[in-house]
Amino acid sequence: MTSLLRRRLVDILASLFAGAATVFGLTWLVWILWTTFAQGAAALSPALFTQMTPPPGSSGGLLNALYGSFVMVLLALVIGAPVGIAAGTYLAEHGRYSKLATTVSFLNDVLLSAPSIVIGLFAYELIVRPSGHFSGLAGAVALAIILLPIVVRTTAEALRLVPNSMREAAFALGLPASRVASHVIYKAALGGIVTGVLLGLARIAGETAPLLFTALNNQFWSADITQPLANVPVVIFQYAMSPYDEWHALAWAGALVLTVFVLGLNLAVRFVVRRGSR
Amino acid sequence: MRSPPQAASSTGAGADRLFRLVTAGAAWLVLLVLGGAAASMAWGGRLAFGTFGWGFITSREWDAVGGRFGALVPIYGTLVSSVIALIIAVPVSIGVALFLTDIAPRWSRGPIGVAIELLAAVPSIIYGMWGLFVFAPLMAAHVEPWLDDRLGRLPVVGEFFSGPAIGIGLLTASIVLGIMVMPFITAVARDVFNAVPPSLKEAAVALGSTRWEILSRVTLPYARSAIVGAVFLGLGRALGETMAVTFVLGNAHDLSPSLLMPSNSIAAAIANEFTEADTELYRSSLIALAFLLFIVTFIVLSAAKLMLMRIGRTHGRTH
Repeated sequence: MTSLLRRRLVDILASLFAGAATVFGLTWLVWILWTTFAQGAAALSPALFTQMTPPPGSSGGLLNALYGSFVMVLLALVIGAPVGIAAGTYLAEHGRYSKLATTVSFLNDVLLSAPSIVIGLFAYELIVRPSGHFSGLAGAVALAIILLPIVVRTTAEALRLVPNSMREAAFALGLPASRVASHVIYKAALGGIVTGVLLGLARIAGETAPLLFTALNNQFWSADITQPLANVPVVIFQYAMSPYDEWHALAWAGALVLTVFVLGLNLAVRFVVRRGSR
Repeated sequence: MRSPPQAASSTGAGADRLFRLVTAGAAWLVLLVLGGAAASMAWGGRLAFGTFGWGFITSREWDAVGGRFGALVPIYGTLVSSVIALIIAVPVSIGVALFLTDIAPRWSRGPIGVAIELLAAVPSIIYGMWGLFVFAPLMAAHVEPWLDDRLGRLPVVGEFFSGPAIGIGLLTASIVLGIMVMPFITAVARDVFNAVPPSLKEAAVALGSTRWEILSRVTLPYARSAIVGAVFLGLGRALGETMAVTFVLGNAHDLSPSLLMPSNSIAAAIANEFTEADTELYRSSLIALAFLLFIVTFIVLSAAKLMLMRIGRTHGRTH
C-alpha cells in the first residue's frame, strides 16, 4: 500500500510541476505583452500615422518608417513568395523522392532557423557593397531570403496533403503536369499555401537584425528603394537605445503597432484562412 | 507520371518542360542561397582570418583603434548566454509540453497551445525592449544586489556572481534569451510528444501505470532523441539571436567571469559595430565572426533536424 501511495504522490508532484511550469512560462510572456500594450497605448496618437520621425527632443510620428516597412515587406513578398512556392512545388510534386528534393528539404529547414543577422550581412555583401550604398532594395532582398524557406516548407506541406487520387484523375484526363498543378493541385492546396505566405509575412514584418546594415534608416520621407529606407524595426531599435524620452515613447508606440500587426495576422490566419480551407 | 501522347499537345509539352525547369530551378536557388551566404561570409572574412589566423579565435583583444581583433569575448558570451538560456528554458518547455499533451484538461489544450505559438511569433525586438526598460532595472534593483550579497563571497561560485548591480550584463541577457526560446522549444516538444503512438500509452495504462509512470517510462524514452533535437533547435535559435540580447548585453569587450558584468555576443557585436566599422580589417573581422556563427549554427541545426527526423516529426510549424 505504501508503494501505491508513493506512486500516487509522485504522480501528483509531477503534474504539479508541469502545471507550475506552464504558469511560470505564461507569466513572463503575459508580462512582456502587457508591458508592450500599456507603454504603447500611452504613446499612441494620430500623429503616429501622419508625421515623420522627429529629431531628438521633439515630437513626431512614424509615417515614413511605416511606409518604408510596408514597401520592403511587399517587395520581399514579390521576390520571395513565387520562388518559395515553385521550390515547394518541386519538393512535393515531380521532384518527390529525388535526391535534390531530399537535400533541399533538409537544408531548407536549416535555412529556416539560420541567424537572421548573417542573412543581413549576406545581403550587404551581395548588394550594398557592390552598389556602394545602403538601400531599401537590399533590405527587401534580405527579408525575401528569410521568407523563402518558410514558404518552401509550408507549400510543400500543403501540397503533400492533396490526395494522390486527385492527381491521378487529372493525369487520366490527359492534362500535362503544368495544367494539373495550376488547375487541380494549387486549387486544392490554396488555403495552405496562403497560410504559409501570410505567416512568413508576419515573421519578416518584425525582423530587425537583417535591416540594420541593408536598409539602414532614414529620418526623412523617401520612396526611393535604391536609397536608405526608414523602417519600423530599426527605428524602434535606435529610439529605444537613445537617451530621449520622446524617442522612447515613439519606440513603444512602434512596438505596439508591430506586435498588434504580427499577432493579428497570426490569429487571422488561424481562424479565417485555415477554417475556410477545411 | 506522364500524360498520354495524343493528349499532350506540343504547347502542353513545352509548358511542362518549362514548369519542371522553373520549379527545379527554384529548388536549386534555395541551395544557392545557403551556399552563397556561407561563401560570402568566408570571402568577406578572409582578411581577418588571414591576418590573425587562429589568434582570431583565441585572442581576447578587440582593439578597433589599434586594428587588432580577437573574438574570444563574443564567442564566450554567445556560448555562455545560450547555455544559461537553455538551462532556464528546457525544463520549463518540457514541463509545458507535457502539461499540454497529457495533463491539462482537454478543453484548455487548444487555447494554451495557440498562446504558446503566438508567443513564438512575437518579434524578438519586443523581448529586447522589455529586457532593457523593465527587466534590467528590476535585476539591478533587486536580484543582482541579492546575488552579490549572498553568493558573491562564496569561494568558487562567488566569481560568477560578484560585481556592480547595473542590470545590463550576461545574466540578464541569458534570462531574456531563455524566455524567448521557451515557446520555440515548447512548440516542437509538444509536437514530439503528440507523435508518440497512442497504443504504447494505452498499453501502459492497461498495466496500471500512473500518469507520471507513462511519461517517464514510455513517452520520454520513446521521444528522447527528438527531445534532444528540440533542445538543439532552441540552441540554434539562441546562438544566432540578435535583438533579444543586444539591448541588455552591454557591448563590452572585457573578459570577466562574473555574469553580472556587461559582455558581448557574436550577433550583438555585429549589430552594434558593423555600421561603425571604418576600416576594411574591422569590417572583415565582424564578417569573420558571422562566418563562425553561421558554421556553428549550421552544425547545431543539422544535428537537431537529424534527431527530429527519427520520430517522423520536424520543426514545429513554420518555426
